[in-house]
Amino acid sequence: MTVELAPTTFEEAGAALAAASDEGYAVRIRGGGTKLGWGNAVVADHQVQLRTTGLSQILEHNVGDLTAVVEAGASMDRLQRTLAAEGQMLALDPPLGVGIAGATIGGVIATADSGPLRHRYGGARDLVLGITVALSDGTIARAGGKVIKNVAGYDLGKLFTGSFGTLGLILSVSVRLHPLPTVTATALGASSDPEAVSAAAQALAGAPLELDSLDVSWRGEFGAILARAAGAEAERRAGRVAEMLRARGLEHVELVQDDQPVWARQRAGQRSSHQAIVKIAARPHELGSVLSAVNRSDGTLVGRAALGISFVEIDPQAIAELCDALPSGAITVLLDLPRQYQGWFDPWSVGEGPALELMRRVKGRFDPAGACNPGVFVGRI
Amino acid sequence: MSRDVDLIRRLQGICGKEHVLTHAHALATYRSDGLKHYQQTPVAAVLPDTGEQVQAVVRACYEAGTPWVARGAGTGLSGGALPVADGVLIVLARLRRIVSIELADSRVVVEPGVSNLAISRAVAPTHFYPPDPSSQIVCSIGGNVAENSGGAHCFKYGFTTNYVTGLEIVLSDGSVIELDRDAPGYDLLGAFVGSEGTLGVATRITLRVVPTPETVRTLVAFFEDTGAAGEAVTAIVDSGIVPGAVEMMDRLSIKAAEQATGAGYRLDAGAALLVELDGPREECTTRFEQLMEICVEAGAADVRVALSASERALLWQTRKAAFAAMGRIAPAYYVQDGVIPRTRLAEVLRQIDRLASEYELQVANVFHAGDGNLHPLVCYDAAREGEPARAEELAGLIIKACVDADGSITGEHGVGVDKKAYMPSMFSEADLEAFHRLRCAFDPRGLANPGKLMPTPRLCGEVPGPYRQHPLERAGVATRF
Repeated sequence: MTVELAPTTFEEAGAALAAASDEGYAVRIRGGGTKLGWGNAVVADHQVQLRTTGLSQILEHNVGDLTAVVEAGASMDRLQRTLAAEGQMLALDPPLGVGIAGATIGGVIATADSGPLRHRYGGARDLVLGITVALSDGTIARAGGKVIKNVAGYDLGKLFTGSFGTLGLILSVSVRLHPLPTVTATALGASSDPEAVSAAAQALAGAPLELDSLDVSWRGEFGAILARAAGAEAERRAGRVAEMLRARGLEHVELVQDDQPVWARQRAGQRSSHQAIVKIAARPHELGSVLSAVNRSDGTLVGRAALGISFVEIDPQAIAELCDALPSGAITVLLDLPRQYQGWFDPWSVGEGPALELMRRVKGRFDPAGACNPGVFVGRI
Repeated sequence: MSRDVDLIRRLQGICGKEHVLTHAHALATYRSDGLKHYQQTPVAAVLPDTGEQVQAVVRACYEAGTPWVARGAGTGLSGGALPVADGVLIVLARLRRIVSIELADSRVVVEPGVSNLAISRAVAPTHFYPPDPSSQIVCSIGGNVAENSGGAHCFKYGFTTNYVTGLEIVLSDGSVIELDRDAPGYDLLGAFVGSEGTLGVATRITLRVVPTPETVRTLVAFFEDTGAAGEAVTAIVDSGIVPGAVEMMDRLSIKAAEQATGAGYRLDAGAALLVELDGPREECTTRFEQLMEICVEAGAADVRVALSASERALLWQTRKAAFAAMGRIAPAYYVQDGVIPRTRLAEVLRQIDRLASEYELQVANVFHAGDGNLHPLVCYDAAREGEPARAEELAGLIIKACVDADGSITGEHGVGVDKKAYMPSMFSEADLEAFHRLRCAFDPRGLANPGKLMPTPRLCGEVPGPYRQHPLERAGVATRF
């Protein structure tokens, strides 16, 4: 039995959460529903679906201060359009998925999803200035603020970012914005040698280029480096990068001015409709080994070359082989997975230990009733 | 007392007798941090040499039920490292090893006692560590992590929290936890940075470092008043320029600092704006020309451009000397650390002026203009009756003005003991209670840096067990109402 709720005010949301929790329901929190397959499935006989669709307002866009306050259910696409009208952006560009409105900001923050802009601007956690949440006892609490510099109180914004709705419901976030670059240009270079791709990535990562994005891809035995410059002199800077790629022996080096499609493709590579997506975090200098492992497993990869973060699309049957071939110490998380494979894998692969124990204590304090997205997260939190 | 004696013996066993200070004279150094008007003598100050010793010390305190405070270089400005009277002070000054420099991964691993500047030096010349508090020559990275320190370059580069990618922390029960920014699970790393020593103590820190910018260009523009300078900052930011630093000084702070440094700042100016651009050379050159135009259009009476590294250093010296130079204006001052949305700068500065004349005190303003972080210096003379109290009251009203303008009570100094009374002006009881939940998960007995950050002491209750479904419910025989 599933009940659906779509509160339209913070108070309603808090009351709904408290009532459901009191009645012993598990509350499945969802925004646009584009990433519901991530994490473990919620297993509970009595489930309430709590949608954030009724909380979708852009509450503030403080243009002069480069900040915005947005309700969780606001669609990312609509938010970015609103900001772009004033020449600004939220520097968070994960793929937004399909659906009526696509991903919501609440969902992107709750899953700490990101895209190529992470290279320059950091992840979701680095852009959240403040947060308002509802806890399962109905408490509505706020942390952080609306200014870009603030150290008063604990940073619950970071705690809730990437918590997969297991601590409570994100009602709204205040975020830092950045100027939308008017001119961008991307330098591309390719190679069939994973080590050559890795070496080029390292050279660019260590150079003072201030790239907006520095990505890598691997498709069908061929790798590529994609470096995007943005700003008043974007083309000249990307031209300089292209020279560096040539000097490093990369092939098919080119400079692309109309570069939106190139980056749309990178972002799209972070999702799969029919195969698995494995997110890998490895040390940046191990990129060559990661690419080799992906090549051997017939996977395709997109990722942040300087950060060691990659997304691999792969046949679910080949996941174990891929993971075995990765450099030791690499961290993997399973994101997308075809329906028929759901439940086959532990998506998180986080072992028992003091860190997981502490996470359970955090969960116990914020959601003592265990009502919010139970079982979805690491260690079945 | 005998309990203290037992604990001290145990601490001596862990760190060696010479590294456990108990004599009042030896403890005098440790009675306060950078905020001298709060003083407290701990039972003992202990100086462990390794992470393992820190863990053993914390464990011993836990077993004795003794509270403790971790201290780095003691440069903090909120009393965050103020000892507790019945507690132990854990001084991390001996943990100052740079564990590894891994530039291929743009990172460095250090112990908490390493100074902020030593990190940039260790990765120079190709890289640097951006967050640079004014005290960077001496302040420790462990303290930076505890306070989420900022500095002059935050507007472009961000804060400590944006650079910490890994931590080894010791919780108050003595357990050791490794936190990695890329590991799945709650972002406990993000929650720990800036927690002011109340969640535990970091014993090993991994930091991201970035390539040293190719070009740096610096100018100082002089304006009639802070309002006009504020307008210039708005115009700069609106144009899409992201300066490495934008610092503003008002008439009073220019006067004090110029006397100290003789850098050539104009004494007839109502405000000086120091703007620095850094980055790739093409970008920097083009943007710098735009910047100069914007300053002139915004009414700058004079724009001075640093033509060499030494000229640049001189321009910065005046800004950095501002706090110390204030001694030329008044014997003492309160420094505040409020933040406001930058667009409300003119309004809040006018309010500060009004309050200052009402209280018959001088307030100098030196601040990080890009991110709206004000450092009003409320000048007073302790020898004049009632003046310190009046100054404190005025400082409180300035903070309130910041909160009322949708800002914050602290941008980089932390809450500590100094600003905890202002926490309720910014956060509701429910907000504070939510903070407390985090504290209880990390430190249920409240032994780590008690009495800081939160306005009133609180105890952690037991966690009620998670809801379990009744077997009848599971069988569908009964439901709850």
